[in-house]
Order: sequence, then C-alpha cells, then structure tokens
Amino acid sequence: MIPAAFDYQRASSVDEAVGLLGEHGDDAKLLAGGHSLLPLMRLRLAAPAVLIDIGRLDDLSYVRSDGGQVLIGALTRHQDLATSDELRDQVPLLAHIAGQIGDPQVRHRGTIGGSIAHGDPASDLPAALLALRGTVVARGPGGEREIASDEMFTGFLETALAPDEVLTEIRVPAVGAAPWGFQKFVRRAQDWAIVGCATVLGNGTSAEPGVGLVHMGATPLRAPGVEDALRSGASPRDAAARADEGTDPPDDLNASAEYRRHLAQVLVRRALESTQP
Amino acid sequence: MTATDVPQAVERGVGARLPRKEDARLLTGEARFVDDLSIPGALWLGMVRSPFAHARLGNVDASAALAIPGVRHVFTGADLRDGWAAAMPCAWPVTEDMKAPDHWPIAVDKACYVGDIVAVVVADSRYAAVDGVDAVEVDYDPLEAVVDLEDAASDRTVIHDGLGTNRSYTWTLVPDPDAVERAFAEAAHVVRERYLQQRLIPVAIEPRGVAAVPGVYGGDLTVYSATQIPHILKIMITATCGVPEAKVRVIAPAVGGGFGSKLNIYAEELIAVALARRLGVPTRWTEGRSENSVATIQGRGQIQDIELAADADGKVTAVRVKLLADMGAYMQLVTPGIPLLGAFLYGGVYDVPAYSFECTGVFTTKTPTDAYRGAGRPEATYAIERAMESLAREVGVDSAEIRRRNYIPSDRFPYDASSGLTFDSGNYEPTLDRALELVDHGGRRAEQQRRRDAGDTKHLGIGIATYVEMCGLAPSRVLASLNYAAGGWEAATVRVLPTGTVQVVSGTTPHGQGHETCWSQIVADKLGVDPDSVEVLHSDTAVSPIGMDTYGSRSLPVGGVAVAMASDQVLDKARRIASHQLECAEDDLELVDGELRVKGTPTKAMTLQAVAFEAFSAHDLPDGMEPNLVGQVTYDPPNFVFPFGTHVAVVEIDEETGGVELLDYAAVDDCGVQVNPMIVEGQLHGGIVQGAAQALWEEAMYDDDGLLRNPTLTDYCVPSTAEVPSIKLDHTVTPSPTNPLGVKGIGEAGTIGSTPTVINAIVDALAPLGITDIAMPATPERVWAAIREAREAQA
Repeated sequence: MIPAAFDYQRASSVDEAVGLLGEHGDDAKLLAGGHSLLPLMRLRLAAPAVLIDIGRLDDLSYVRSDGGQVLIGALTRHQDLATSDELRDQVPLLAHIAGQIGDPQVRHRGTIGGSIAHGDPASDLPAALLALRGTVVARGPGGEREIASDEMFTGFLETALAPDEVLTEIRVPAVGAAPWGFQKFVRRAQDWAIVGCATVLGNGTSAEPGVGLVHMGATPLRAPGVEDALRSGASPRDAAARADEGTDPPDDLNASAEYRRHLAQVLVRRALESTQP
Repeated sequence: MTATDVPQAVERGVGARLPRKEDARLLTGEARFVDDLSIPGALWLGMVRSPFAHARLGNVDASAALAIPGVRHVFTGADLRDGWAAAMPCAWPVTEDMKAPDHWPIAVDKACYVGDIVAVVVADSRYAAVDGVDAVEVDYDPLEAVVDLEDAASDRTVIHDGLGTNRSYTWTLVPDPDAVERAFAEAAHVVRERYLQQRLIPVAIEPRGVAAVPGVYGGDLTVYSATQIPHILKIMITATCGVPEAKVRVIAPAVGGGFGSKLNIYAEELIAVALARRLGVPTRWTEGRSENSVATIQGRGQIQDIELAADADGKVTAVRVKLLADMGAYMQLVTPGIPLLGAFLYGGVYDVPAYSFECTGVFTTKTPTDAYRGAGRPEATYAIERAMESLAREVGVDSAEIRRRNYIPSDRFPYDASSGLTFDSGNYEPTLDRALELVDHGGRRAEQQRRRDAGDTKHLGIGIATYVEMCGLAPSRVLASLNYAAGGWEAATVRVLPTGTVQVVSGTTPHGQGHETCWSQIVADKLGVDPDSVEVLHSDTAVSPIGMDTYGSRSLPVGGVAVAMASDQVLDKARRIASHQLECAEDDLELVDGELRVKGTPTKAMTLQAVAFEAFSAHDLPDGMEPNLVGQVTYDPPNFVFPFGTHVAVVEIDEETGGVELLDYAAVDDCGVQVNPMIVEGQLHGGIVQGAAQALWEEAMYDDDGLLRNPTLTDYCVPSTAEVPSIKLDHTVTPSPTNPLGVKGIGEAGTIGSTPTVINAIVDALAPLGITDIAMPATPERVWAAIREAREAQA
C-alpha cells in the first residue's frame, strides 16, 4: 500500500512533459488518471523515480469530429466519453464501452490515453481501438507522428510509444450507424474482463469488419480469422468459431486458457448476433 | 407465542425503524479510526514477513535497512524472545490432550506460514518502515509446505517438531453410539456426502491497526487497537507482555468491521506494546490490504463428511458427521473451538433422534483460521442443508417436502436436541411457506420446466435452506463444559445524570453494528425517554471496565438484555424516590411520557429528570437509600438463543459460459423481538451477500508451496451490490423465552442461511444433467466444466 519514494513534477504543457521525459528517461512515468499506474506503485510492482503529472492539461480533454474521423484528447476521462453526444452519435461503440469500465470512481478519473498507453490486454478500450482501426497521435522531441492501432501494442504492457513521447490524441473513424457489438465476461461488474470483444461492421465508408479481443494474449488483439470469415459472408456462428485462432490466452487465477478460448468464441458470436443498432 | 401476541413498533423505542445515531459521524469522516489518530512522536512499525510457508530461519541482516534514513531499529524474534511473559494465548484448548505449539509474536526458529513475522522494523514514518522491511535480508532454509488437509493429517511432513504430529485434537460428541449404529443399520435410505469448505478472507473494510502509547511518567500504557475485544485484549496484554493490568487501558476507537477477524489477540498488538515499553515512545502499525490477507485470520477451511439415515418416507433417523478442520500454522485465540461452534447443529432444524459428531483439527503451513461470521455454524448448516437436498432426490420428493417431513414441530419447544442443546423457541414451517411465496415458487418451477422442455441453455434453479443457529455467546457454565477459558456474561450500567441525560455504559464493543442506537431504543422504551437523550459509552476499558465484547451475535441477547435489566433497576429506584416524595404507594405510580404520575391524578407527577436531580442532590431520599440514579447489571444468560429462518434463491445458469446469476432471493428470518428492524435488515442484507460470496465468489487460493495467490481485492472476489438482486426480506417473530426482551441475535444469520441456499439452487438447476455437487466457489469455469463433463457423460 506504500509506494517507494519518487519525485513529482507537474507539466503545464505537452512540450514541457516531453522535455521532462527527455530529461529523466526511463526513470520517469507519465501520470494521467493514475488508475493503472498508482496501484502498480502501491503494490511496489512499479517504482518510477519521477512522476510527471499531465493530469491538468485540460486542452487534452475533448471529443470532436473532423471529416470522417472523431478526434479524442488523450486526457478525456471515461465518464466524458460515455456521456459525449458526439461520440454516442459517431462512435457509439466507444461511448458504450467507456460507460462500463470499472466503477463510477474509476470512470471519473481514468483517461482513454492512459488506458491505450498502458496497453493492458485486459482493458477494453485498446481492443475497441483495434476493432475500429483507429490511430493514436504521439508527440516527441521531433514533433508529432501518427501510429496505427495495429502497430501500437508491441508486447505485454508495451507499446510503440518512445520513452520521450506523450500520447496526445486518439483518432477513430466516424462509423456512425455501422452495426457494432460489445461483450465482456466478468465475475464482478467492476472487474477486468476474463474475456471480452468489440465488433464493428463498417468503418464509415465500407462494410469492413473489425473484431478486437480483450484478454486473449499478451497484448490487445484483433481477431483476423473472424474478420476474414465475415468478409467471406460467414454467419456469426461460423465466423465466431475462429475467434481464438492464433491467440495464446493466459492461464491465470480467473480462467484457464482453454476456457478463455471457448469464451472468445461464445462472446464474439454474441457480439455479432447482437450488433447495434 | 406467535407474531401477533407481541407488541412491537413503539414510536421511538423497541421496534422502531430509527435511523442510526452512529451514521452521521461514520459517514462524514468525523469518526476516528486507529490510523486517523495523531500521536506525536510515534514510531512506525513494519513487519518483515516470511515469503515461505515453511522455512528454518537463518541470519537476519538488517544493515541495509538500518542505512535507510528514518529507520531506527530492527528486532528479530530472538531479540524479543526473553521479554514475553507468556506465548500468545489460545483461550480454548478444546480437549485435555490438545496439542499446540508455542506461538511467539515474532517467529524464533521457524516460519510456519507465508506472513509469519520474522523481524520488525522501527522507523520515523510508515514510508521508512516499509522501505526498511524491503531491505531486511533474511536467510531462509525452505522446508516442505503442508497445504492439503488430508496430507497434513497423514503427518508426512510434521510442522511443529515438538508436537510430533500435525493432528492437534480429536473432539467427539456421540451421546448414544448404539442408537446411531442401529439407525444406519435399519435405514431405508442412506445419504453419504463430502463437502469442502474453502478458506475465506474476512476483508473487514478497515484493516487492522494498533498504537501503543506508554505513559512517560506514570508508567501507564494506553493501547488503541482496531479490535472487537478491548476487554479481552487488556487481559492478554497483561498475560503476554507482563504489564500489570491496572496499568493498561485499551481503547477500540471507531472500528471498521471485523466479521470475527478482530476477535483475536494479534502479534502486532503485542509487538507494539513490547516495543513501546522497551523504547519508551509510542509505536504504531497499520495493516495494508494485501498484508491483511495473510496476517489476519481466515475463516472456514474444512473437509466435511456427513451421513444421513432415513426411513422410507425420508424421515431422518440419524446424522453422523466427521470433520477435518484446518487450524492453520498456530492456534490463535479461539481457533480450535470454531468447528465446535457447529458441532451441535449438524442436525439442523430437524427432529433427529440419533447424533454423532467428530472433529479432528490439523495444522497446516497457512495463515491461522479462527472466527469468521457464523464461525462453525455456516459450515454445519451448509452440510445438513446440502445433504437434505440429496435425501430429497434419493427419496424422490420435493426439496420443500423433505423439510416439512423433518422439521422439529412447533409444539415441541423448548426442544431437547439429540446433540444435547435445548432450542429455546422455534416455528420453522411458516418461514418456508412465506419464503416460497416471495419468490413465486410455483411460477418459477413451471418456468424451470418450460425451459427444460424447450432445451433452453439458460437453466433455472431454485434452492432452499432452513437454518437454526445457536448464538448469544454464552452461558458461562456451558462454556466451562467446553473447556473455554472465560465466561459469557455481559455488563451494563445505566445512569440518569442530574440534567436528565441517560448514560449507558456497555461492555459490548460495536464495530459497525449500531449498538448506540439499539441500546438507546431499549432504554427509551424502559424509561420513557427520547432515545436522542441517551448517551452510550463503550469500547474503552477506562470508561467501560467490565465487558466481554462483541462476537457470536451476542451483543443484543446478552449485552442488550443487560442494558434492559439495568434500566429496570433505575426505574425501580426512581419509583421509590417518586413514591417517597409524592407520598403515594409505588404501585400507584405509572410511567407516562417520561413522567412518573400518580394514577388518576396526572398533575401529581415527577419527570425522570426531576427524580434524577433529587437522587443527585440527595436532600430528600427514602431512609437508607444511596444517592444517584444508577442501575448496574452483569447478566449471564441461562441458555443460547436460537434464531432461524428459511432462504430461497433463484439462479439462472448460462450453459455457454457457466455464469451463474442470482435472479431472486427471499429470506424470512426470525430473531425474536426486533429492536430496530432497519438494523436487522441491514445485518441480513450484508450477511446474505457475504454467505452468497462463499458460494459464488470468494476463496483464499493457495498454491502447492503454500503461497496465497490472491491477496489483493483484484483477485479475491468480494462481491458488490452490482452482483446481487434486491433481496426480499420478511420475518416472523417467535420471542426467545431465554431473556426478558425476547430477542435473539441476527448478526450471523444471513451468512449462515445463504451459502447452502445458493449452492442448492445451482445443483437444482443442473440436476437433470446428473450433477449433484459443485465445488465452492461455483465459478463460471467450474460450472462450465461440470456441465461439459456431464454432457459428455450423457453422450
């Protein structure tokens, strides 16, 4: 419950945060909502020497449409995603998922950027980003770059972000009324999913299917087998039978790998069968 | 004695749904818990705990820890070994030949569970203490862990060398062995079942904490502890630390729950006292959440073998039970006695002519077990209520019908059970009828059949359990017969102060229950005063020097009764003063609206406040009467009290995922006269969910090396309100003849009833597949795997 000692610095701009990251290197961690980092620190599983607090950069909290895309500031809290009219209209999948993360306290503190940057395979938002074929914007000392979601998650709690980069924005296609589904299997409402999945049948301009899997491997995953099957016109049941293809799900206290494979198939089928709207 | 005979619902007295007096300060943060206390100059303690379940201790290298700024000292078990007046106490040596190892607050030669304290760091801050703990290097020589109960009983690896065995005791209760043998020989039906009671972590919302403040000049010692038992702790500090009892004051400030886990004497309390005295400065320690999972006692942990003999109609003729009970690594305060609190109740609510019970307690290399909400009685109720379902299937009758055929008839109370207890009062069948009605039992059964016929993959199940428990611990002579070291009485003082405030001093120690509200209601009823004008003092041995504290659903049926009896003394004295001053006979006085009035002459009256002031000034009291208006009672109950009830759960099981959803839950409980129905309902809501948690969510999971794998609340699945339906409650009122209030305890009843109810519902849902058992907790994967296996067997 007691973290190791650390220095605390508050950044007043993204550029200042980038500068502080450059200065402290691997010893530093960015603090946004704190809902992933602080528990790790309190359990002493993480012991960064410096925390760079970007939580007060209010200009990174927004949801706005831009052409065929919706741009979301990295510090937008889950609660603001869940209640954003813009997001409910343009990317209802994301608004729906955000409204089911953790409990109200978590949703009022946790941020989408923090969730994506943490890259936890058990988190819901990264899987949704994959299903939507979204991108993230990172700013570093050399300026901004855009990272495709398929390139983002590189290993267990590892991402394509460089140590001196700050994730500033999430970009997702405005899929509007494209059918979507989301299934999360938990033992308790506030838990991380034992297995979950997000599906969207369309990227706003075509009927391209996207299927993201939660907690089915070391990283958030897409289910390319399911997507291929859907492209070929397979039924939800037949497509879902390929949900665990190529996955290496964890065997842990809450579920065996075998059970997770089974659940992935059940949940993907249910998500496809229950697509909204 | 039926519900209609009993007057309840007095405006603000007994029976009123009065909002709790305690809540404003508890909910606003005004209440101060141990960790909130500001204690200038206190040094923080950090416990170095064994990461091995079983290991010989080698060298302890504190040099790196002592180099950390703020770390003052590091002490090992050897450093403190000679300072203890006695080893840690076990107050319940259940048999004359019970074997138990010496249990020192800091392990000396061996660590015997993950979490066993091997050294203590003393530092200027909690942060430095924790850093110091991480820096202490201990040489461990790991030994084989003993995790499984049957493996422990085999003595393949003996944990405590001096004992020569892991088997601590075998305790038997077989009043008539021949009758049992005969019943099984003649039985038309025999049911033999084995059930596993997994270990549970109590998870009080406030972990433990202690602060020991030595008097600098007078030598007195004040100990603040998050405990349920300040009075017992005070005695044990004297016994273990050698501090004269007159020099010790123990205060339990606001305490955030316990569920039995704070009914104990813990190493950290004694270490804090020993070091405060040794160093001459205050010491303090606050437990972390993961630390709590290994360092605070756990509950349950039994293998239960139960056999029922029955005649052709399903009438039970004998119950035979054998338990193997997990003590953990050491005996804590009442560890060995916990399974025996259920020893008398494996016949449940049924008229069982022949009875046999045996329990063997074994040591393992795990955290000690001890009292956890229900303590022995949930285990007993689970076994008999599961076995009755098996009997119903065996006989081929409905699960409600099997119970109706076996209930103790209501005209048999007080009922002498074959286990030796006398059940004070009971009327079980109406609680079953009402609970079935509340869930629309007929409609649910029809829906269950409809789904089965349609091949639906969402299966409905209906589970029933009727329980009776013995609580209100306890008649002192009965405790003596069980070899328990203390008595079971409770003390109360009621004073009317000169300004009219009624001051109650209670020997009970609330940690969330609402004693201040309930005792105020009892006094309000007795003395005709407003409950808001009653002040209840407790939980500080300087204020309330005599008490036996709070556990075992005892506070109301023992402590509350003492408050009522002390109030009666006050009223008697007030009557004598009033009759003296109003010049009338005592019998001519009546208590109306807080005044003692002369019957027929309401203008001739004295308020209680006026009487109290007369008692205080003592200018005009009857000859020989002592001044002041005070009543004082120590009440030793003549028997336990026996609350009962029936719970019914409806579950839906998703065959594809194995997920179990509680769709509906009804509980009809009878705790006799209810002092505050809202508090009764709160106890039931929490208790039912806590019992359902054993059925569906919670288990302390150990690996083969004796390491607790789920010490955090991420993995130890305490349910929240989102996991349970709105619970339907109703009650009957069958007063206890044991005490003048007619009350019974209700703190543990919900937990006792709900575990078998939920599992019975799951088994009911899956019975057509041939599934007759599911291990607890019935996790989705376990249920899914059981269904898959059953389907494969069918195919």
